[in-house]
Amino acid sequence: MLLIECPHCGPRAETEYAGCSEAHIARPESGGLDMTDAEWVEWVFWRKNTKGVYLERWNHAAGCRRWINCMRDTVTNEILATYKAGEKPPKIADAEREYKF
Amino acid sequence: MSQKFRLESGGLINRDKPVTFSFNGHELKGYDGDTLASALIANGVHLVGRSFKYHRPRGIMSAGPEEANALLQLGEGAYTEPNARATMEELFDGLVATTSNAFPTVKYDIGEVNSLFSKIFVSGFYYKTFMWPSKAWKFYEHFIRKAAGIGKAPEEHDPDFYDKTNAFCDVLVVGGGPAGLSAALSAAATGAHVTLVDDQPRFGGSLMAQSGQEIDGKPALEWVDEAEAKLHDLDNVQVLRRATAFAYYDHNYVGIWERLTDHLPVKPEGLPRHRVHMMRAKQVIIASGAIERPLVFCDNDRPGIMLASACRTYVNRFGAKPGNKGVIFTNNDSAYATVLDLIDAGIEIKAVVDVRKDPLGPLMEKADAAGVKILTNSAVVGTSGRLHLKSVEVAELSDDGETAKSDVTEIACDFLGSSGGWNPTVHLHCQAGGKLDFDEERGAFVPAPSNRTNPNISVGSCKGAFGLADCLAQGFEAGQEAAKAAGIKFRKSGKAPTAEAVDEGNRRLLWLVPGKKPLGQSGKHFIDLQNDSTAADLQLALREGYRSIEHVKRYTTTGMATDQGKTANVNALAIVAQTLNEAIPTVGTTTYRPPYVPVTFGAIAGRDIDDLLDPARTTPMHSWHVNAGAEFEDVGQWKRAWYFPQPGEDMHAAVNREVAAMRNSVGILDATTLGKIDVKGKDAAEFLNRVYTNAWTKLGIGKCRYGLMLGEDGMVMDDGVTSRIAEDHFLMTTTTGNAAPVLGHLEDYLQTEWTDLEVYLTSVTEQWATASIAGPNARALLSELTDDIDLSNEALPFMAWTPGTVAGIPARVFRISFTGDLSYEIAVPADYGLALWQALMTAGSKYDITPYGTETMHVLRAEKGFIIVGQDTDGSITPVDLNMNWIVSKKKGDFIGKRSLDREDMSDPNRKQLVGILTDDPKEVLPEGAQLVEVVKDKPPMDMVGWVSSSYWSPNCDRSIAMALVHGGLKKMGQKLYSPQADGRVIECTITDTVFYDKEGNRQNG
Repeated sequence: MLLIECPHCGPRAETEYAGCSEAHIARPESGGLDMTDAEWVEWVFWRKNTKGVYLERWNHAAGCRRWINCMRDTVTNEILATYKAGEKPPKIADAEREYKF
Repeated sequence: MSQKFRLESGGLINRDKPVTFSFNGHELKGYDGDTLASALIANGVHLVGRSFKYHRPRGIMSAGPEEANALLQLGEGAYTEPNARATMEELFDGLVATTSNAFPTVKYDIGEVNSLFSKIFVSGFYYKTFMWPSKAWKFYEHFIRKAAGIGKAPEEHDPDFYDKTNAFCDVLVVGGGPAGLSAALSAAATGAHVTLVDDQPRFGGSLMAQSGQEIDGKPALEWVDEAEAKLHDLDNVQVLRRATAFAYYDHNYVGIWERLTDHLPVKPEGLPRHRVHMMRAKQVIIASGAIERPLVFCDNDRPGIMLASACRTYVNRFGAKPGNKGVIFTNNDSAYATVLDLIDAGIEIKAVVDVRKDPLGPLMEKADAAGVKILTNSAVVGTSGRLHLKSVEVAELSDDGETAKSDVTEIACDFLGSSGGWNPTVHLHCQAGGKLDFDEERGAFVPAPSNRTNPNISVGSCKGAFGLADCLAQGFEAGQEAAKAAGIKFRKSGKAPTAEAVDEGNRRLLWLVPGKKPLGQSGKHFIDLQNDSTAADLQLALREGYRSIEHVKRYTTTGMATDQGKTANVNALAIVAQTLNEAIPTVGTTTYRPPYVPVTFGAIAGRDIDDLLDPARTTPMHSWHVNAGAEFEDVGQWKRAWYFPQPGEDMHAAVNREVAAMRNSVGILDATTLGKIDVKGKDAAEFLNRVYTNAWTKLGIGKCRYGLMLGEDGMVMDDGVTSRIAEDHFLMTTTTGNAAPVLGHLEDYLQTEWTDLEVYLTSVTEQWATASIAGPNARALLSELTDDIDLSNEALPFMAWTPGTVAGIPARVFRISFTGDLSYEIAVPADYGLALWQALMTAGSKYDITPYGTETMHVLRAEKGFIIVGQDTDGSITPVDLNMNWIVSKKKGDFIGKRSLDREDMSDPNRKQLVGILTDDPKEVLPEGAQLVEVVKDKPPMDMVGWVSSSYWSPNCDRSIAMALVHGGLKKMGQKLYSPQADGRVIECTITDTVFYDKEGNRQNG
């Protein structure tokens, strides 16, 4: 079970969180009204499935109920950083790692 | 027969405390400090069970958790436990053990007939044989399961209780042998919080099985006792005995299974049987030792054939003789320690059969000097003895070791100890994602440095350091290193304990010992005793094209079940590598998975059983419903009254009565469970505009509006009525089961997308209790209980709400309706819920007020064609599909789901659409979920055009009614559809609109 550092509460067990897919997928300001069907479908449905370091969101559902961002290696489950929603991912030396499928 | 195989002295047993136990109905004696296995051996009992597939007689083969044969049924009645490893069960007065897999007795087992057909019971036998005809599997399965079952599960409720605890420490040390103790001492000396766990009742690990070892100049076990006393006195150290670290999960989360009462003849009250410690450790030191590897030779499974180290353990730790005259079969020097100790104990060693051509090693030299007969470059090529080993056949090996010479010598003996070297116990390291390196010299996989996710250090023999001096030194160093890594400031912590370094000698890795005939032609080379899988099975799997070791493992079931790589896997993959002519590391290992040993379900569940597993949510009126005899249904975690049967009524009769009563006079429903979210802030209206499909800014204070909530994909996600409390304040309701997801959905947008909006959300579901009264007499009833609310149609019209007092209770009265009748939902602070309900029931008695449950509510709403999200929608249904275009604002700019509704696919006229369905026979009620077709064929498959989502008998319409999602259904009004049933009948029906009752809506508006 992962131990995830909530930037608001501190380290908490994974069971307090709900996992929420890829981070930094901002909703278009227009609500997509100026986008083609293809562009919109891409935004709604398509997410990365990185084998390596992945930026993802977690909701601290059984805690402060806030959404946080997390930088996690999906192969080793190493968590390189967590940071608040709206913040940019911190620069970390070997955060670019990606593995071959 | 009384402990004929007990040595006169020696062993860590308490001879002053004799213990009586029973095995297969025979009363036997042992001593306190025995395991069940050691007591059986002291009584000369080796035959303990029958093998899984061939029902071959099997005996105790080990002295530890790796035991594959002695899996016994313990205890009786509700306390019975299957598949207990006799080697791990401490003996106590009154222990009852029986053989599991034999009928009628372990000596005469009918299943042994399987051995005669062993040629056909090869790997994949079941898959190959029982595939055809596919329907007959159900018939075969009954007999196969019965034949293969090893233990019996208890049939009664478990009378014991179990605990689970969350725990934390700086340094967790797994294993209380020399390496683990050394590590715990050095880590503890730094001031770190240390937890030391060991699966045995006492510390010492392998030292308990050895003789003559010294640490720091003292007898080793004396050093162990001092170390234990020292750790015991330290406040920063927690010591757990009879505790197995069984699982290593991510971020150093280790499951520890502690057994508190299993070894006690009388179980103390109030003490849990087992306790699982879920330990989050900053650093882990793994000192889990090594397990001896058996040699794979022909007919290596007879009772009396054991691991060499097990023979030594029984003699040194338990004072029990594995037999009177033995043969030791080895490929390395360590087995000679067993030889020397057994000779010391007065046991005759007929010969040591050593596969090495030129054996080297200090222990071998000692044995040689003591005059032990050593047969070099030789192998055991066969064994005999049906229920117990009688003799072994020995032959010289060819140069390459692949065949044995034909000149065979028979040696009479009653036990054989075999040693093929040692497998470091790398299970936890691997569960933690650690990689393995292959030690070519020792033929062993050893841990590589751990990954960063799960920082741990392996020390001692689980790291491949088999000498005592190395174990102590590595443990000491790791203790310091781990404490430092855990952030403990370095303090001087003394010196490492020392012991004499010993030369390990040489080895000859002979993975598959040849027999007299080629493999598979005579006798069996067992690899996994528990699963009865043999070297021939592995080779067959390879011949059939299996290559991945993971596939070979599954196909042959090698190393499955409780073995988990303890004795079988390295032999198996070495033989696979040899057959494929590949290097062992190239073949690779299979995955080590938790648990390391079988853990009881009770321990895993802990207190999370019955009501505590899934807590029930009940409304303030729940006790009333119970007293009224209501049947309940689960909606999420809520217990909702389902229907209120009167004496003699079934659900159908009760619902018919409730439905009619509501339409004729007045009914009352507990609507407390609906999700309620308080929406506050200056941008609340704008926020609702964005999350619902319709417009909210112009909704007046005191007014209510129905809303549909979509996901970004345009699909219906939830619905409910929202009321405006003030300019900046709304109360939203959600469906009962969706309250939490909806709140999450809304929070997500507020926190991450529309951070400029000033809106605050609070869940108030549990703060309000709601009674809904509906029917033509609802207004008359309510007027009797309030004098400050004007209930006239003008003052409180449909879709309006007002604060006021009902039955003396401050209340919010909403004139909203899910029944299509005149209806008021009265919400009061939750504590007043029962009082409100009782007041309504009392005042309503003159109107024959009828409480109704969710089933009646479903019928009533279906009569009006109101949807239930999740029943009439399935995550692929848009408002347009529901024929609810009216609720989708065309004027508003953006809202969640809007863009998706404009996608080309969404306007496909052939999408599934919600329509009403009337059966041609009005008495026929379609089953919900029934498929609908336009053309009936003789048999499936037929082209399905939709399915029934809601279907009921409607007393008010005096006929059945249904709703269905049908391709292009809205354009097919009046068209015939057919619903073929499982029993072959075809129900004919017609597409209609979804409103079946009071189409003009006069009843709810009046």
